[in-house]
Amino acid sequence: MKRAADPSGLDPFEDAATRLKAQRMGMWLFLASEAMIFAGLFVSIAVVRVVWPDGAVEASARLDKGIGTANTAILLTSSLLVAIGSAAAKAQTPRKGLVAAAFAGAAGLGLAFLAIKTGIEYRHEFHAGLIPGAGPAFPIDTPGAELFFNLYLAATGLHAIHVAIGAAVLAGAALAVWRGWLKLPANAPEVEFCGLYWHLVDVIWIFLFPVLYLVN
Amino acid sequence: MTDPSQERPSRSENFWTARETALSWFLTTDHKRVAVLYALTLIATFALGSVGAAIVRLELITPAGDLVSAEAYNRAFTLHGIVMVFFFLVPLIPATLGNFLLPLMLGAKDLAFPRLNLASWYVFVIGAGLAVAAIAMGGLETGWTFYTPLSSVYADGYVTLAILGVFVSGFASIFTGINFIVTTHTLRAPGMGWFQMPLFVWGMYATSLVMVLATPVLAVTLLLVIAERAFGIGVFDPAIGGDPLLFQHLFWFYSHPAVYIMILPALGVMSELVTAGSHNRIFGYRFVAFSSIAIAVLSFLVWGHHMFTSGQSMYGGIVFSFLSFLVAVPSAVKAYNWAATLYKGRITLNTPFLYALSFIGLFVFGGLTGLVLASIAVDVHVHDTYFVVAHFHYIMVGAAVTAFMGGLHFWWPKITGRLFNESLGRFSAVMLFLGFNLTFFPQFVLGYLGMPRRYHEYDPDLQIWNVLSSAGVPMLAVGYGLPLLYLGWSLKIGEKAGRNPWNAAGLEWTTTSPPPEHNFPEPPEWEGPAYPYPVGETEEPQVQEEAQPKPEREA
Ligand code: HEM
Ligand SMILES: [Cu+2]
Repeated sequence: MKRAADPSGLDPFEDAATRLKAQRMGMWLFLASEAMIFAGLFVSIAVVRVVWPDGAVEASARLDKGIGTANTAILLTSSLLVAIGSAAAKAQTPRKGLVAAAFAGAAGLGLAFLAIKTGIEYRHEFHAGLIPGAGPAFPIDTPGAELFFNLYLAATGLHAIHVAIGAAVLAGAALAVWRGWLKLPANAPEVEFCGLYWHLVDVIWIFLFPVLYLVN
Repeated sequence: MTDPSQERPSRSENFWTARETALSWFLTTDHKRVAVLYALTLIATFALGSVGAAIVRLELITPAGDLVSAEAYNRAFTLHGIVMVFFFLVPLIPATLGNFLLPLMLGAKDLAFPRLNLASWYVFVIGAGLAVAAIAMGGLETGWTFYTPLSSVYADGYVTLAILGVFVSGFASIFTGINFIVTTHTLRAPGMGWFQMPLFVWGMYATSLVMVLATPVLAVTLLLVIAERAFGIGVFDPAIGGDPLLFQHLFWFYSHPAVYIMILPALGVMSELVTAGSHNRIFGYRFVAFSSIAIAVLSFLVWGHHMFTSGQSMYGGIVFSFLSFLVAVPSAVKAYNWAATLYKGRITLNTPFLYALSFIGLFVFGGLTGLVLASIAVDVHVHDTYFVVAHFHYIMVGAAVTAFMGGLHFWWPKITGRLFNESLGRFSAVMLFLGFNLTFFPQFVLGYLGMPRRYHEYDPDLQIWNVLSSAGVPMLAVGYGLPLLYLGWSLKIGEKAGRNPWNAAGLEWTTTSPPPEHNFPEPPEWEGPAYPYPVGETEEPQVQEEAQPKPEREA
């Protein structure tokens, strides 16, 4: 028996259900490994909090809880939109307009998050000398405070990169659904996977926020 | 098992020849071809890593630092360590034998994500390219462990570039791991339950878990080093607010499990060699399968045994010491089960089996010296001496690479369709064993006598042991190099192997050698236990061969 009929040789699956199961599992494993990237940072931050509690508290007090809370609210809202969009994509009569609008809205909120984070928060911190580099010297002497702040910068910076990637993915998905490059319901899993990525970005922030901003 | 179809494969149905152009290799998504691409790449990295080892051992023949400067010496062992660990050992078995065999053993047409598999090779090559560029431009002297603040502040050389290379190649590992896990879950032949899978597959599965979950931690650690070097974000350097111990925790949280990325696949290969070599069902199948998972889980809990002397708390040290001892339990389970399998087996002392025996010796000895190191009091004495160097070479090189050689010989007829020269094979296996022990056993003595690692001069009293160690190197070179020659020759002059030259059980032996592009002429099914031995002796031969000149190769 010749299999030349499948010249790409790309599909090892005999049926669509198994293929979908495999794709979903692959996506979850990818998300798990993404989460482990942040796990390393979480553990480091936890260590600082245990070993230098005073430094951690003092450093955390310098973070702007108001901005942090606002950004948390923004991401939560965006996740809600993504959930609505994914559900609409999977619905029996998918509404592509709703999917596109929800995803585009979530991407927009992602950009808002980035604007606040880098444009306002990082800028203030830089001027206060809290961020290493060309600005004024680091203002707190308590041991551990500077390390806490540097880890804050590393964790939120890496997270911001993920937000940017996620927003691009959502925007791309919104466009693809709107223009019909991704067909519904056939491509609903792809749409769902884009949404899952965003949820991961959101969940990571939900952990980062208390660990960094709410130390006392 | 399915009735293997009797039709002879036409030339076009063999994966080597199915597509002719060079481009068809670089764009292939066939897991077997990706395995070949990886194998060729790893031969090159192994050669490069060996150059570093040769410089180190040549320098150490005399006690004076006369061959190379201290700095060049540091760069040589760094080159050796980085290349051997990240660009040779980590991908060695999963990316070559694993890629080739996993779908065949499960009865699948390919891995679940064939394009991701090809991507993993490209990512690996890019990562290796960056590291090689760093070395070509002069190298670095941090050691493969990149300890901070040396790596982040003081070291010269192309540290950032090399770290970037390691970082990038990590994604190759993650891709491979995801692919293997999903394949094992979704592409098993009809009828093959989890406990009918070959133990090699179990080994790959456990390895993949470690690859997917541990590699990202290394990735973020390396990113932090780059951030500190490039942007002055102090994470590890105390002068800018950092904590150097933090690096060690993060690094070893990956790198201890990484040792199991190197050894778990080897244990999987061994289980195959032992059952096939003794024509006997593996003893305690479930124990062997679960012990792989147990080792994988425990591997995440013992990183602190690298830090007994680093100033971590005493209680931490005691806990890590205890947990490290625990790893011995599942490892010993495997060794005892192999022994029980051999007992009453019908053993043929062929080349793969010789490798298997030498593996067991080296693994057990390496493992026992690991227990020595896990005992805090002793470790304080031998920490960062040649005792440690000898220990990890016994496990990582002695055991892992020997298992790979055994596996390579075992599956060579399947991969290429040809038999190799058995006498040369046995000769090389013996040379490898002797050469290895001559090289590395003296290093235990050296370490015990107090010779520190990473120094290019030493006390003249220690010369005799160093000379012995260096004398082992040419023997090792024969042990590793000769197979390259006779395996290469076998491609031209080897006898045709037929489907199943070793009379082994397993789906991979039911298809033609070499397999057709999509592995099986008919989708196979599986019934019965994992290793339905004896094969082809008391039962009717499972496979009728057109060319099977020596079905049984006696010693
Ligand atoms: C075959 C795979 C091999 C692997 C994976 C491997 C791995 C390693 C690693 C990770 C180190 C630690 C480097 C460091 O301390 O920074 C090392 C050190 C060393 N290796 Fe290997 N090695 C291999 C083969 C060899 C061979 C064949 C020789 C002997 C010719 C050798 C000789 C040495 C020596 C002498 C050192 C100590 C360098 C030092 O600390 O001064 N290695 N190896
Ligand atoms: Cu370890």
